[in-house]
Amino acid sequence: MRTSEDLPNPAPTAASAIAAAAGEPPNRTVQFISFRVGDQQFATDIMAVREIKGWTDTTTLPNQPEYLLGVLNLRGTIVPIYDLRCRFGLGLTTATRTHVVIIVSVMERTIGLLVDAVSDIITIKSSEIRPVPEMDRATTTNYLSGLISVGDSMVVLLSLETLFAQSSQLDTSTLAA
Amino acid sequence: MTETAFGKNELDRFRTTFFEECAELIADMEARLAGSASHVGDTEELNAIFRAVHSIKAGAGAFGLTQLVGFTHGFEAVLDCLRDGHIVQDDRISHVLVRAGDVLAALVEDAQGRGELPADFGADVAEELQALLEDRGCAEHSRAQAVAAPASLPTAAKAASAEHRYIIRFRPLAELFRHANEPLLLIREMKRIGTLAVRCDASALPGLDALEPEDAYLAWTFELATDKPRATVAEIFEFVDTDCALEIEDVAAVAADPASAPSEPSGGASVAGAAPTQVHHDHGHGSNAHAAHAAPALSPPAQPAAAHPAAVQPSPPKSSPAGRAASATASIRVDLARIDRLVNTVGELVITQSMLTQQLMEQGGIGARILRGHEDLSQLTRELQECVMAIRMQPVKSVFQRMPRLVREVASRLGKDVELVMRGEQTEVDKTVIEELADPLTHMIRNAIDHGIEDAATRAAEGKPAVGRIELSAAHVGSNILIHVADDGAGIHRERLLQKAVEKGILPANADLQDAEIDELIFAPGFSTAQVVTDVSGRGVGMDVVRRNINALGGRILVQSTPGRGTRFTLIIPLTLAVLDGMVVAVGEEKYILPLTSIIESYRPDRRTVRTLAGGGQVAAVRGEYVRLVYLWKVFNVPGAVTEPSNGLVVLVETASGGKIGIVVDELIGQQQVVIKSLLDNFDSVSGISGATILGTGRVALILDIEQLPMLGDRRRRLRLDEAGAETRDQAPIPLVATG
Repeated sequence: MRTSEDLPNPAPTAASAIAAAAGEPPNRTVQFISFRVGDQQFATDIMAVREIKGWTDTTTLPNQPEYLLGVLNLRGTIVPIYDLRCRFGLGLTTATRTHVVIIVSVMERTIGLLVDAVSDIITIKSSEIRPVPEMDRATTTNYLSGLISVGDSMVVLLSLETLFAQSSQLDTSTLAA
Repeated sequence: MTETAFGKNELDRFRTTFFEECAELIADMEARLAGSASHVGDTEELNAIFRAVHSIKAGAGAFGLTQLVGFTHGFEAVLDCLRDGHIVQDDRISHVLVRAGDVLAALVEDAQGRGELPADFGADVAEELQALLEDRGCAEHSRAQAVAAPASLPTAAKAASAEHRYIIRFRPLAELFRHANEPLLLIREMKRIGTLAVRCDASALPGLDALEPEDAYLAWTFELATDKPRATVAEIFEFVDTDCALEIEDVAAVAADPASAPSEPSGGASVAGAAPTQVHHDHGHGSNAHAAHAAPALSPPAQPAAAHPAAVQPSPPKSSPAGRAASATASIRVDLARIDRLVNTVGELVITQSMLTQQLMEQGGIGARILRGHEDLSQLTRELQECVMAIRMQPVKSVFQRMPRLVREVASRLGKDVELVMRGEQTEVDKTVIEELADPLTHMIRNAIDHGIEDAATRAAEGKPAVGRIELSAAHVGSNILIHVADDGAGIHRERLLQKAVEKGILPANADLQDAEIDELIFAPGFSTAQVVTDVSGRGVGMDVVRRNINALGGRILVQSTPGRGTRFTLIIPLTLAVLDGMVVAVGEEKYILPLTSIIESYRPDRRTVRTLAGGGQVAAVRGEYVRLVYLWKVFNVPGAVTEPSNGLVVLVETASGGKIGIVVDELIGQQQVVIKSLLDNFDSVSGISGATILGTGRVALILDIEQLPMLGDRRRRLRLDEAGAETRDQAPIPLVATG
């Protein structure tokens, strides 16, 4: 992760531009749930979060990327669990009972994110979200939707939609075409 | 009841019911129309079609759908002429009838909401129908009926001056009165239409001590002289005809005027026959009775015919047993959502029950005692589940019968002559499966007509019959339904397919593929081999989507093609998406479920029977056969598994195409019925896995897809093909951090 290094001061105009582009009033209050992966703080829109539960063993799905830890039974629903640390290329998490799975709803799917700990609920004005500066070409940052300062530390906003974009999803309605 | 008695809600509800029934009637009509093309003049079929059209007309009249009434009227007139033999059915008529059926279906759909069709839609067909009538001298008939049909029956009957004498033998069943019927009313009704002589048979009357006050004991023989046709007489008994033995005999058609009698609109099929005839009870679809409730209050004149599917049949009635069975079944309409809830709840019950069993088994002591009673519970749970599943089972007919219209439409647009042959329409499958079948079948049949069947000239040159043939069939095989879509067209053009695959970069230019592998290419995304893109098949989106849809049902689709002879698609789809009898197997720390129905046997192989082939594949000799071994730990990359088959177990399974493979596992854990959960709700499909379930421990176990397992073994060899193919797309990982 290089996003935390050498951040230039984002111009306030850029932030309001983002908010405007999103069609939101610049001072809407938004809430995020922040969580820790390794030594970094991330946050995601609270509205996407369905529940937070302790880690339980998953059933491995064969021939899948390493960061997909497998599936678990959430009251009768099969939910895939992703290791965010591994997803960011920081190695597999050795999950223990103190680890936490955040169940989120992304693009009509329910998935679980394994994180080290849930930290806080952040309530801020949308104008306080800073844009992510451009990185070099080797670094994809499109799943990072913004940066927030909380006290001295920086919290990275995750866009789950982008992170879990399903390139293979085809529109089955085209079948009859 | 009067019209004012109905609130708007009731009216809306009747309207909904009407259209629901229209859909059923039309479906039934289409099926029969397709049938009547081959069984020329089958009276029963014609009657059924007539009834469908007539019921639609009656309802349409009640709801003021004038366009529909206008069209059904002409249609009905032709059918009526056909029934009484004024028109002899020939190819031209069959053709017009089928087209009229199509127009009618479109009109009903249109009336249901959109109202987009032009006012003169179907006018050409209507004219053709009229022309038919005039050609055959039935114009009079039609005009007479034009007045008669919407008017009340007595008016219509005045036209007929013929005098009939009927002997009616009426023997009520004991429960007649309990069903709120009253013979006296029937007698009065008969007196109203003619001169009546009544003879009462009281021989069955018991002594007072044995008399059940609510039972009917008397029987009557009536002699009725009337100018009304038989149907009118039969109609009087309409509401009691399930509660009695009834025989209506036409002893003399006095001053018989054969032309006037059949013009009676409400279904007088064969009044001229003087032989004793039996009233044939046909209660339609159970829902006809429903229509009768909706229609009469609003339009009394239309009611008798709509509610009167009982037609007088020449004796002995010739009937198709299937049709009879289907129509005699009583049924109720239930909201699908309610059934779904029931199915889900029972599913959870099964899981909970097996969890309990497991916990009791681990208990020992008192647990073992409870366990015995528990076995009964588990039996009951299972039965309950089967019952619930049976509710959802429906014949594939409901989707099959949409296909003839599709074939006609597509074939006529493409100027091809195609015949559709359907078999096994009564094969039952889960309702959810049926719904998902419509799109893939539509697509495959379109493809078959567009790409498969050649034009007439080519066919002639090949020495094939001019009419192309598409076969659609369904059958049960184990816990699967097998659907074939076969055409006798040109087959898959392998060279063109290969060339295209190379062009698209799916294959390297020097790829050396088996024929079957080439055929598989049609399932690759973005393939359309028609050289001319038509508006029928469109382009690009094609068989890959079909395969995806079928896979989503837990099914598979296979293709076989012979150049010049045709192409056959085989769909293998589980009967239900809800439960599966499974064998739990262990590999390392993992547990998988094998569908029990595909397991032939399991055994521990002798080391000497396992051979390694050149290239690394392994086979085992089983009773003189060599069976390929698939190591689950290898294909799924499971650590800590038994690697030596002679220390583990080989489970011999049969694939849908009849091949056998040996799946190497560590051990068998036990047999269990599992509730199938889809992975697709929250994830993509995974090769070799058809779904998941929840074990008694609450843990997820994966259900193996036996058809895909052998292909996983081929993975390395086929990798290149796969990369662009559907299989890898199915499980495309989310983009890695450093890509893009």
